[in-house]
Formats: sequence, structure tokens, C-alpha cells
Amino acid sequence: MSRPDPSRKAYASERRSPVAVLSTWIERHVQTLVSSLGKLVRQPFATVLTVGVIGLGLALPACLYLVVLNASAVTEGIGSTVQLSAYLKIPMTAEQAQKVLRSIEARDDVLDARLVTPEEGLRQFEDMSGFGDALKALGDNPLPYAITLRPAPLFDSPQAVESLADELRTLPEIEIVQVDTEWVRRLDAILDALRQVVLLAAGLLGLGVVAIVGNTIRLDIYGRRDEIEVIKLVGGSNAFVRRPFLYSGTWYGLGGGLLAWVLVAAAVGLLAGPIERVATLYASAFRLHGLGRDGILALVAGGALLGWIGSWITASYHLRRIEPRA
Amino acid sequence: MISFQRVFKRYPNGREALAEVSFDLASGEMAFLTGHSGAGKSTVLKLIALLERPTRGQVIVNSRNTASVGSRAIPAFRRQVGVVFQDHKLLADRPIYDNVALPLVIAGVTRRELDKRVRAALDQVGLLGKETSFPMELSAGEQQRVGIARAVISKPPVLIADEPTGNLDPDLALEVMNLFKRLNDVGVTVMVATHDVHLIDRFGVRRIHIEHGQLAGLPPDVAA
Repeated sequence: MSRPDPSRKAYASERRSPVAVLSTWIERHVQTLVSSLGKLVRQPFATVLTVGVIGLGLALPACLYLVVLNASAVTEGIGSTVQLSAYLKIPMTAEQAQKVLRSIEARDDVLDARLVTPEEGLRQFEDMSGFGDALKALGDNPLPYAITLRPAPLFDSPQAVESLADELRTLPEIEIVQVDTEWVRRLDAILDALRQVVLLAAGLLGLGVVAIVGNTIRLDIYGRRDEIEVIKLVGGSNAFVRRPFLYSGTWYGLGGGLLAWVLVAAAVGLLAGPIERVATLYASAFRLHGLGRDGILALVAGGALLGWIGSWITASYHLRRIEPRA
Repeated sequence: MISFQRVFKRYPNGREALAEVSFDLASGEMAFLTGHSGAGKSTVLKLIALLERPTRGQVIVNSRNTASVGSRAIPAFRRQVGVVFQDHKLLADRPIYDNVALPLVIAGVTRRELDKRVRAALDQVGLLGKETSFPMELSAGEQQRVGIARAVISKPPVLIADEPTGNLDPDLALEVMNLFKRLNDVGVTVMVATHDVHLIDRFGVRRIHIEHGQLAGLPPDVAA
């Protein structure tokens, strides 16, 4: 060791302040961010294919989600129009019937109630059924007093309506209570099942996105094998080599998320008109729901996250296997 | 600076590349590593750059026993050993500037420092002004000098080169060898594997000769 060790001086000059280290680190990341995007833009065909597949994979569960969301909105609208009909026992005087009506009106879970007299009921039946003449032949009016009521807004869930009906059935003056909510409950059950389907589809297609990005990145890694070996030869760590691939994967996912947003928005735009016409025919104020700000954010950010995960898994696995063969 | 102590290397395919090789290269010393192809020269260099590990024995580089360098620490270790290859291993799709700057980019050097040092390194090898050219636009000798600039830009205390003049005509080869000598003159420990006997004679530096994986005396053609 006759000469001074040149390494000491050389490395001492590379000791830098934390601020300089941080700003250099940020600078490198921004540079990688831009250059990885540039690489994707320079091979538009492959990029469009990958982003397209990811976009479709994300748009599918997003559309399913919207179907469930809108169907739920429809049934909620129906809930407030649910009617119960309570038929009173025969014989029943007008005063007794009025008393029952008042007791039902006084309930918290009832919005309003109306008494239908046997005469009124008969008139409605004649008007609606066209059996007026046949009924006249009966002579006596066979219809009981009836009370139609609507549940209060906070008590219009299928369960609440059902328990209201059960309580009315226990009243001694009441013979039969009819609730036409059976189909609403069935629809609700179907929607519950559909929600599970959305979750399942989102999970599976999310895994699909991870796999697509992973495979694309894998091909990219082996296409740039020589470059990776050289970088490792001059002292590049696995993390350094991996960084551009992580950015590529995130770009793919982000692009796929944006494409999915466009696809879903286009589908909503196409369907909004026809559905509005259907709603108008049913005198409903229903409007098709889109993804909304949170939904769009979740879709795009979710896409980017899945892309990052896919590239991280693949890059970590394959880059460790590429060692320089000088 | 570089020390081999009874190093034995057998590759997974069973080939024995080195058997009981011991030598010391002091800090700031320069040596030529000679021997026929397949004698074990490349293996010696690979062990120094930690591209391979010895089967038995110790390899000490920069006062560090390579056996104590874990796989996670290899990148940092390699940044202290400049390597020049016969086929220079440049990135064909990046300009000269990026190629030379690569080790500093890895080390996380600031932009301003980077500019300064890339220029200094290119100036050292006589290629100032070629920053924006691509490797294919340069001659073989120029490409090799870019490889040397890249190897020395992070100021490694040790520089090793594997047949750096193998593809060059005699004039260019001499030029490249002079470059190594100049780097050695400023204190870098240099080891150059070569079979270019005529060149070796022009430099009065130490020779480490390997035959069949073992250190050997100098062959008669230069012993005289």
C-alpha cells in the first residue's frame, strides 16, 4: 500500500446532504415515470391491446355494479308505494270501522290510512271488473269494510312492512291483511345475490388484470434482458432495475382504468335515453345512475393499483433470475 | 487491493477453471493477466466482480472478503469495481451520455454533478462532444473507450478489463492500453486480461500468467 488509497477521497466526495439525496431520488422517479410512459407510447399497438384488455376486464364488473345499483334504486322507489289492505270482519258497524281506522292512523309506522266502505268497494269493483250486473244479482253487498294504508317512509323496508302486517293481523276486528310485497322481497334477494356476483366478478377480473399486466411485463423484461444484465453488472440493485417496470405496470393499469371509465360512461349514455322513456311510461322519476365521482376514482385508482401489483409480482420474481453472464 | 488465497473454482457443469490460485495485487498496482483462452483468465475476473463465487479459498477485493458479501450487497460491491468488457456491453438504444452516466444514475448522483462527471470521464477517454451519439455510430475503438469511461466514472478503486483490445487493430489497442496505464498512474488498481503479447512488452508492468487453472511461470516467447 505505497500509494494513498484513491477510494477514500473519491467516496468521501459522494457524501451528500439528505435534501440533495431526496431531491435526486424524486428527480430519478419523475424521470423514470416519464421515460416509462414514453416507452409505452413508442409501441402503440402492443400498448393499446394490453390497455384494451385491462379496460374491458375492469368495465365488466363496473357495469354489473351499475346494474345492481340501479335495480336497488328502482326497488327503493317501489318500497314507498307499497300498500297494505286490511279487510275487517263481518258484521261491522260504521262506528266500529271508524274506531279501527283511527287506531291504525295513530301508529308511528303508518303514513296514512283510508276507510273503504262496502258500498264504495262495490262501486270500485263494478268499475274495474265489468261484473256489475252479476253483482247486482247477489242482492246483498258481500264486501266487508276495508282499510288501505301506506307505511311511513322509515318503515317501508320489506321486513318492516311484514311486521306491520303481522301486528295488524292480531287485531280482533281484522279478518285478513294483504301485503303485495312478496315480489319486492324476491327482487331484493336476487339483488343481494347479484351483489355477491359483482364482488366475485370484480375479484376474478381483478386477478385477471394482475395476470395480464404480469405477463406483459414478463415479456418486456425478457425483451430487455441484455439491458438488465448490463445495469446489474455496473451495480444496479434489483429495486433499481425493477423501478421502470413498476411504472410501466402502473401506466397499463391506469390506462385500463381510464378506458373502463369511458366504456361505462358510454354504456350509461347509450342506455339513459331508452330507460328514461320506459320510466316516463311508468310515470316514474327514475333516472339511470352513473358511476359518480367516487366510483370513477375507485375504478381508475383500482386499475392503477392492480397494474402496480401485477408488475411488482412479476418483476420481483423474474428480475432475481436474471444475472449477468459476462 | 486484490488478493486470491488458494482459490479453487469448479463450475456446476464440473469444469475446473481454477486450482489453488494465489496472488496479491497491491493498491495502485497494475498487472496483465495472461494465458491461453480457457486457461482461467475470465474466471479470475468474474470472481473479482462477484459474477461468480469461489468453490474454495478466499477472494479479497478492496479489503473485503467476497465471501462476506451477501447477494443483497452485491450491487453496492460492484459499484466499487469498474469492469471493461471485450464486447463493451453498451446499451445500443441509449446515447453515449446515458451509457456513461449509468453507474452514477444508479448511485443517485445529482443532475449537476452527473453532467460534470460525464464530461470529465468522456474527456479522459478523448470522446468529449460525442454525448448525443449512439454506440453504433462510433468506431470499435471509440465504443471500447465509452466502456472504459463508464467503468471509471464512479471512481472505483479497482478496474478490471477482459480482453479490452481483442477486437481492435494494433494502433487502437495501444491507445486503449495507454488509457489503462494513465488511469493506473492516478492511483487506480488495474488488472487487464489479454493475450496480446506484443502490447504487453511495451508496458513494463507485472504479469500474472495462468496455465490450466494454475499460476505458471512466463512462457518462453516473452521470458527472454
